[in-house]
Amino acid sequence: MLLGAPLLAVVATLLISSLLVVWAGAPVGQAYALLLEGGFGSRFAWTETLTRATPLILTGLAAAVAFKARLYNIGGEGQLYAGAIAAVAVGGLHGGAGFSAPTWVLFPLMMLAAATAGALLLLGPALLKSRLGVDEVVTTLLLNFIVLLGVSALLDGPMKDASAMGWPQSVAIADRLQLSQLVERGRVHTGLLWALALAPVLWALLAFTTTGFEIRAVGANARAAGFAGMPVAWVTVKVALLSGALAGLAGAIEVAGRAGYVTLDMSPGYGSSGVVIAMLAALNPLGVVAAAVFVAGILVGADSMSRAVGVPTYIADVIVAVSLITMLIATLLTQYRIRFDRS
Amino acid sequence: MTEPVLQFSGITKRFGALVANDAISLTLARGEVLALLGENGAGKSTLVSILFGHYRADAGTITVDGRPLPPGNPSAALAAGIGMVHQHFSLADNLSVLDNVMLGTEPLWQPFSRRAAARAALQDTAQRFGLQVNADSRIKDLSVGERQRVEILKALLPFGRRRGARVLILDEPTAVLTPQESESLFATLSQLVAQGLSVIFISHKLDEVLRVSHRIAVLRAGKLVAEMPAAGASKAMLAQAMVGRDVPRVVRVPTPAGAAALAQTPVCELRKLSVRGAGPWPQLDGVNLALRPGEVVAIAGVAGNGQQALADLLHGLIAADAGSVTLAGRAMPATPRDWIAAGVARIPEDRHAVGVVGDLPLWENAVLERYASPAFARGGLIKRGVVTAFAQRLVERYDVRGTEGAGLATPTRALSGGNMQKLILGRVLMTGPQLGRSAGNTEAGDADATSAPLLIVANQPTWGLDVGAVAYVHAQLLAACAAGAALLLISEDLDEVFALADRIAVMHHGRLTPARPVADWTLAAIGLAMAGVAASSELADAA
Amino acid sequence: MSDVLDLLLAAPFWASVLRTATPLILGTLGVLLCERAGVLNLGIEGIMVAGAFVGWLAAYHGAGLWGGVLAAAAVGAVFGALHALLTVTLSLSQHVSGLGITLLATGLASFAYRVSFPKVDSPPTIQPFAAMGWLPIPVLGAQTPMTLLALLMVPALAWGLYRTPLGLALRMVGENPAAAEGQGLDVLRLRAGAVIAGSALMGVAGAFLTLSAFNAFYFNMVNGRGWVCVALVVFASWRPGKALLGALLFAFFDALQLRLQQASGAAEAAQAWLGFVPPYQLYLALPYAMAIVALVLVARRAAYPQALMKPYRKGER
Repeated sequence: MLLGAPLLAVVATLLISSLLVVWAGAPVGQAYALLLEGGFGSRFAWTETLTRATPLILTGLAAAVAFKARLYNIGGEGQLYAGAIAAVAVGGLHGGAGFSAPTWVLFPLMMLAAATAGALLLLGPALLKSRLGVDEVVTTLLLNFIVLLGVSALLDGPMKDASAMGWPQSVAIADRLQLSQLVERGRVHTGLLWALALAPVLWALLAFTTTGFEIRAVGANARAAGFAGMPVAWVTVKVALLSGALAGLAGAIEVAGRAGYVTLDMSPGYGSSGVVIAMLAALNPLGVVAAAVFVAGILVGADSMSRAVGVPTYIADVIVAVSLITMLIATLLTQYRIRFDRS
Repeated sequence: MTEPVLQFSGITKRFGALVANDAISLTLARGEVLALLGENGAGKSTLVSILFGHYRADAGTITVDGRPLPPGNPSAALAAGIGMVHQHFSLADNLSVLDNVMLGTEPLWQPFSRRAAARAALQDTAQRFGLQVNADSRIKDLSVGERQRVEILKALLPFGRRRGARVLILDEPTAVLTPQESESLFATLSQLVAQGLSVIFISHKLDEVLRVSHRIAVLRAGKLVAEMPAAGASKAMLAQAMVGRDVPRVVRVPTPAGAAALAQTPVCELRKLSVRGAGPWPQLDGVNLALRPGEVVAIAGVAGNGQQALADLLHGLIAADAGSVTLAGRAMPATPRDWIAAGVARIPEDRHAVGVVGDLPLWENAVLERYASPAFARGGLIKRGVVTAFAQRLVERYDVRGTEGAGLATPTRALSGGNMQKLILGRVLMTGPQLGRSAGNTEAGDADATSAPLLIVANQPTWGLDVGAVAYVHAQLLAACAAGAALLLISEDLDEVFALADRIAVMHHGRLTPARPVADWTLAAIGLAMAGVAASSELADAA
Repeated sequence: MSDVLDLLLAAPFWASVLRTATPLILGTLGVLLCERAGVLNLGIEGIMVAGAFVGWLAAYHGAGLWGGVLAAAAVGAVFGALHALLTVTLSLSQHVSGLGITLLATGLASFAYRVSFPKVDSPPTIQPFAAMGWLPIPVLGAQTPMTLLALLMVPALAWGLYRTPLGLALRMVGENPAAAEGQGLDVLRLRAGAVIAGSALMGVAGAFLTLSAFNAFYFNMVNGRGWVCVALVVFASWRPGKALLGALLFAFFDALQLRLQQASGAAEAAQAWLGFVPPYQLYLALPYAMAIVALVLVARRAAYPQALMKPYRKGER
């Protein structure tokens, strides 16, 4: 009954959201049709959805891996921006004095820098949690604001693109470092392939490796894991580095695949959406792909639905939030059914 | 003859197949201290829980001052004037004494708490019973003895909706007190009685029981087996009643290994081992013990006398503050990994919370300790095939049931206690060749060669298990000993201790008696040692 | 340097400190109430947005300013009830439920705004609360009645928590719920009540922004204040008096950094001391950084309500 809970949740969500459609004065059936069509109904729709889904998959994986070990990383947004800035720092022409290294060196270096930036950013809160018991939810959340301000300062100052006519954006990474388009007449880029490849890798990591086993055991029962000899504190650090790195990569891939430079509004909450996506996917890396595509489709579809029948795009946020809550409840209900059967 | 203030009539309570209380009838007179004596699991806590409405009795009634007590209602007992001081206090550490005693005394919708009046009533009650306490101290700043005083005052305080208890039940009150604090408590009890209160004093400590009570009732295995006035009773009589003369004694057939054990070099030695801890007395106080291959040494004693610290130490979780512990001659660091690698099979007391990761499937729990060893993993990847085959063999060899539905993928929390324990046993006993002990017909790298571990440290291994599971666990442990393992068995169950042990040591307040061969112990002597009575003179009387 | 001193002694500066602190006071008290009863409520950021929106909308539609405040409290209570249902009754993860509610509340508020005013570029304004000129006290007279409400809430909540039976029951439920149940109290109902009441306060905190500080609803106006409140509660050791202190301290630094940015000679002074001119973003980031530092400083000694984040099942002993 693997699909029982998500199915129940989706149905409940659609019912509740239809109330919003009615409130906005649009016909429900037509609105939903437009939503689906806008997100998934045409080749173009799919390219848009998959483009949006690319960073969402990565931030979703970042959150999933951390939550699996009970490290509540809500700082995906900040880690994403940190990764983006780091990527541009390595891959961009810096005031004329560029790096002159071949692409096959520079590209991985750029990605590595992004991953490192994200990882280090999460390391602080993780250590504070395991050494001092400081709640990581609040520290990662507050760090988001600090990081965004930092990026803003960098964009105004050292990393500003002087030729951008006063618009706050960073220097661009070299053309040769940009990710190529996947298809013609669509914005989806090869970053999608990276994201799609990382999901099963992470799934395999959790399912088949000793590190993955440690992560799952520590997240499920840290006391028993410690008793059995697992190095709980070290596992927490490993998870923090991994999770932060993934979110940092999301930033780099978004930069390299889309504009090629960093702006303050390049992420409409991808990091935070990643948390919701991870929870929707019940922390399963493969499920994250499905959840990310679902959320991306809703976001894209809501845009086109909005243009057509005037239902505000914010309905997408509501749909995602309601599906999360209904998913939680539905999972609980299906679990209880199992318990009743056994007794 | 005045009416008894409290009367139990034929109280019976079953939990599944276990009869926790079997037709118990008891009376408590006014101004009397009745001691309720019995070992862990004898049924004392159940009886009291029924009184307080946490459980409903299957049969029987309780009357207070002649009026029947409505069952299953905690407020009813409180309203009827019965107060209880639990062994584990029901206090909020961060709140003050006054806060804690005032809880529940006033209706929630009352807009103003009459704190001044409560404070005065508290002072008044405290003075009446000679219990000194500062109403504004935070509980976390108080010593254990002081906290207990707060609990007693909470029960006695007549304020608001509470009438103040006229029957006070104390559950193992001196278990966590220093001798001085215990003295204070006894003085308090005298005061209570002088003021007309009645007390039920639950304990297993014979000294105190004889000193403080007017009558003594002894429970064993759910039944009331003896009732006598305190005057004229002796510790030996009580000890005998508590542990029972007619418990069938499974005499362990001495194995060649066990008999020859004393001649061999010890596998593990504890010398003057001390662990301070946070309580009124050290958790471990100068413990000396030597464990030899093939022998079973059992540590008997009432819970809370240091067994947990000893187990934690030998499981690699904590380090000693003084003294030494060596394993095969080497000093051991305090990490579980090192102990596991050294060949120690550890069976924890709390199998649900510490022994297994309940949400993970059975086959993963089978290798929870050794997943990283070359047998099960290579290059960071777990060899699933090898591990599942190992788990399958474990399940078969150790008869782990409950896997019908999902097989090895069954989430471990779905297993019954007995099967969970069998899983843990298999996990720690199916080990490869250890520390140069050749196992004969095993291939190099065979993950579950039947050579025994060096040392098995089992903490309450059969707690909560049914008879069949208990027998199974015992058989497996003895088989491992026959193959050369040393077994340290920590157990509160004397039947188990006598069934398995070659030597027995008794733990009390962190101190360990010398471990003497089982033939040198009598039931009475064990009972006395468990109560902390010095050995020699009493033994002469008892035997 | 004397510029700075002048600044610190000026009444308008302290007036703006108090103004900045008001939503923080209300929000922190709301979180405090929930956490004292043992429930973490991460929905505050969203509930503040919803409160801001509903309060303003109600006032816009003629309910009056205090009508708006009531409406905001009601909306907060509704979201609080949802959170209570998920975490207290169903014992679901308090983290997940709270974050879900933040997303839901923010989404709903934004959606409702767009539906109500589909074609406007800037939101219609209302006449916000006026300063209490009739009050002869200098700094206080420059505030609106909502600030007075917030300030009065502090001793009111303190009195409620420490001097009423209900407050005692609530505190006990957050420390040792089993003990509370042993005295015949209904742990689940008490927790749910605390969450609903606390969330109502959070709604009012949001309404301050639209009914008092500004005069209309803008997107992103809450801007992380909710999260700051969550940090401030820890800093305040879950005591209303210290919550007031924490909010004022935070608001002080927030107002200070704004003044420092604007003060003439600030750039030169910074250049002299630090060797470079700090970008304005650094000033903006300071309060958030301070919140984190405050959390770290109190972490070791934090006397968390002992049952915080532990779901309670009836009859659990």
